[in-house]
Amino acid sequence: MTAVPAVAYTPQSYKSEVKPVWCPGCGDYSVLSAVTKALAKLELPPEQVAVVSGIGCSSRIPAYTNCYGFHGVHGRALAAATGLKVARPDLTVIAAGGDGDGYSIGGNHFLHACRRNVDMTYIVMDNRVYGMTKGQPSPTTEPDWDSKLSPHGTGLREFHPLVIALASGANFIARAFAGDPNGCADLIVQAIRTPGFSFVEVLSPCVTFRPEQREWKTMAHPAAVAPTDDPARAARRLMTDDGFNIGILYAGNRAPYRSAQAARVSPAELEKEFAL
Amino acid sequence: MNTATSNKGDNATSVSLALAGSGGAGVMTAGNMLLEAAALAGYFGLMTRTSGPQIRGGEAAAMLRIATYAVDGPDDRFDALIAVDWLNITRFSAEIPLDADSLLIGDPAQGAAPEALLESGAQSVSVEFKTLAKSIKSGWPNMVALGLLAGFAGLPQDAVEAAIAKSMKKGGDALAASIAAMHLGLSAAQKLPRRMPLAPPQGACSGRWLVTGNQAAGYGAIRGGVRFVAAYPITPATELLEWMAPALTRVGGTLVQAEDELASINMILGASYGGVPSLTATSGPGLSLMIEALGLGVTAEIPLVVVDVMRTGPSTGIATKTEQGDVNIALYGLHGDAPHIVVAPNSIGDCVRATQWAVTLAESLQTPAIVLSDQSFGQARAVIDQPADLAFTSRRKLAEPNAKDYKRYLLTDSGVSPMAVPGMAGIAYTADGLEHNERGTPSSQASDHLAQLDKRRRKLASIDYGDYWADVEGEGELAVITFGSCTGPVREAFARAKDDGLHARLISLRLLSPVQPERLASALAGVRRALIVEQNHSAQFLRYLRAEYDIAAQMTSFHRPGPLPFRPDEIHRRLIDWSRS
Repeated sequence: MTAVPAVAYTPQSYKSEVKPVWCPGCGDYSVLSAVTKALAKLELPPEQVAVVSGIGCSSRIPAYTNCYGFHGVHGRALAAATGLKVARPDLTVIAAGGDGDGYSIGGNHFLHACRRNVDMTYIVMDNRVYGMTKGQPSPTTEPDWDSKLSPHGTGLREFHPLVIALASGANFIARAFAGDPNGCADLIVQAIRTPGFSFVEVLSPCVTFRPEQREWKTMAHPAAVAPTDDPARAARRLMTDDGFNIGILYAGNRAPYRSAQAARVSPAELEKEFAL
Repeated sequence: MNTATSNKGDNATSVSLALAGSGGAGVMTAGNMLLEAAALAGYFGLMTRTSGPQIRGGEAAAMLRIATYAVDGPDDRFDALIAVDWLNITRFSAEIPLDADSLLIGDPAQGAAPEALLESGAQSVSVEFKTLAKSIKSGWPNMVALGLLAGFAGLPQDAVEAAIAKSMKKGGDALAASIAAMHLGLSAAQKLPRRMPLAPPQGACSGRWLVTGNQAAGYGAIRGGVRFVAAYPITPATELLEWMAPALTRVGGTLVQAEDELASINMILGASYGGVPSLTATSGPGLSLMIEALGLGVTAEIPLVVVDVMRTGPSTGIATKTEQGDVNIALYGLHGDAPHIVVAPNSIGDCVRATQWAVTLAESLQTPAIVLSDQSFGQARAVIDQPADLAFTSRRKLAEPNAKDYKRYLLTDSGVSPMAVPGMAGIAYTADGLEHNERGTPSSQASDHLAQLDKRRRKLASIDYGDYWADVEGEGELAVITFGSCTGPVREAFARAKDDGLHARLISLRLLSPVQPERLASALAGVRRALIVEQNHSAQFLRYLRAEYDIAAQMTSFHRPGPLPFRPDEIHRRLIDWSRS
């Protein structure tokens, strides 16, 4: 028997009344739109979805949805999302945030969330800059990008989130572009549908501190290849592409994290171990 | 028994024994069996352990106190030290005080006892453990030592055999060999120049537990309703987490090993936000890493419990030894104005009750609670009376799905607002570390900030903490105020001081935050002078009392750092000096 949803969900069903703090033209508006489109397509009741984030411009996204939201501390979105999903496996859990939150202060959690492969989706809105603190380089910023905090650039090579995700064991890896909210929504739908840890890196321009990123619309292009479940092929693809390849770049079939199970006893039963 | 070779040990009520040896000598195994044997025979007891810095192997010592009454801490000195070998034993000499009435038992095959130990005046005795053990096929020296100590303390043979059998479940030849070796030790004990046979036990073992403070805290957490734990290993809290991993699974909960303490605390925030009572356990270095997220728990009003099994700090400090140095960070470590709960158990048994209480307080008040345990509880194993199951029934106040005009942070009289959890339709909200209005919408308005600060403080004052805020005993114009693991030694010193005619009150504070000024004032009514006892270098507890309470009594501090445990005599002497000053 096919369940018919009692309500017809539209993207609007997932939008809240709270007005975003984002600048006009920010890519994050499109990502918010893509998330709501994806949830409508999946016909998920808003109360069954939790959006979990850390700190940064894009991390403000939970309050802009009508889902349950968790706007935590900087860098720890994946940890909070992991706890929530493991404790409440019935929920659809989406972690979201920016490149600084996810790859710098939260970098360790990113590695271990990929490894742990808990069934959730992580959306990173990557604009290669710290926007909320007004323009400092992030791990994905080009080495020669000049800023007040790092005059003449950091001189450091960029962090490669997709390669890191693959090496760390993420089960689903995609790159999306905020300039195409429908395409982005489709990728999020597939990310949520795929069991395990799904990682969607969204190129989301910061028009305020990185106005040159407006050009991304001319650079982003659909990946010319089909998704692969072969990590070696995916690695080659990710290491050699131009960074603007949009689509599912790796989809594995690793079993998601599962909590230990045992026959249930009452708490009082545990005392027997201590009793003389 | 041969009265000619025994002295004041006849009908001893408390015997302290140490068993030392290098890694692989099995001193911990033998120590645990000895404690279990004492327990089965109807005695109370406490075993602490010490070891060198090596990860595995190296020297180690099991330190036991067996008594006819419940013991919450070590005695002043040891009646006997058995060294299966002398490897680096002088590292422990400060932890194993000996005197002229002590026996220092060693194997001549291992050479003479070190001068540092002989200086104590202890009587040196040779027993050929190794040769005795070798006389039995698959016999081990540690089992000879076990028999020797059991014989020294006059433990019944059947209890020792039962303890060995309980530990060697496979039975067979190995068990038979161990029992035979133990018997050689029992016989050898009869030739010791003195023994200290314990007086008959008070009561039987039924209704008692053999438990570590870490297990007790873990069990208290489960009793309180905890069903999610995220954990990062750290000495001396690891065993709490290791005990909980299978235990939680059996009661339908889950433990996740996190990548670091930042993850642990944020995982439990996520799980508790999802409606599942959650906990993590750590020690000082881990607590330091968790502090930022504790502030999120306060602001977003998410219940959670952190058990801090304190160790010697700061920094890595002395990871395997005890100290009460985390009072300041537990009470004042959070930035901003962040009211939360701090509870300190004051015995191994109390680790059950205090942790259970902390869970129910955190849940009903929707805020983080820190439980200040320490290494001397956590890693010690004790025979205790089964702790009463206290009826801590308060639970998290949940919202009604589809409640009209739901406000997550509604300004109620009590300060507690019904909490929505994911899955409840029509009342979804965003939990936020940003200051917010009643709806939870971020707000930088001064009025919202003040209203929410007031609400978060108000709710901690909204409940009656009952008699459980402190243990208050005795009477008189003098009082000792202490907390945590100092309580046992203080209590024992009190009993001794009573014989000197000293009458005083003992107040062991269990609820450190929120402060209970009226209750403490009432407990101190008529008290002229108070001695504040704590184990840290800067009198953190005294400073807290001075800052938070209006105490009329003249306060004197008795504080010193770890790692050496407080012994009753040290406190007794101070108590007498202070009371006469």
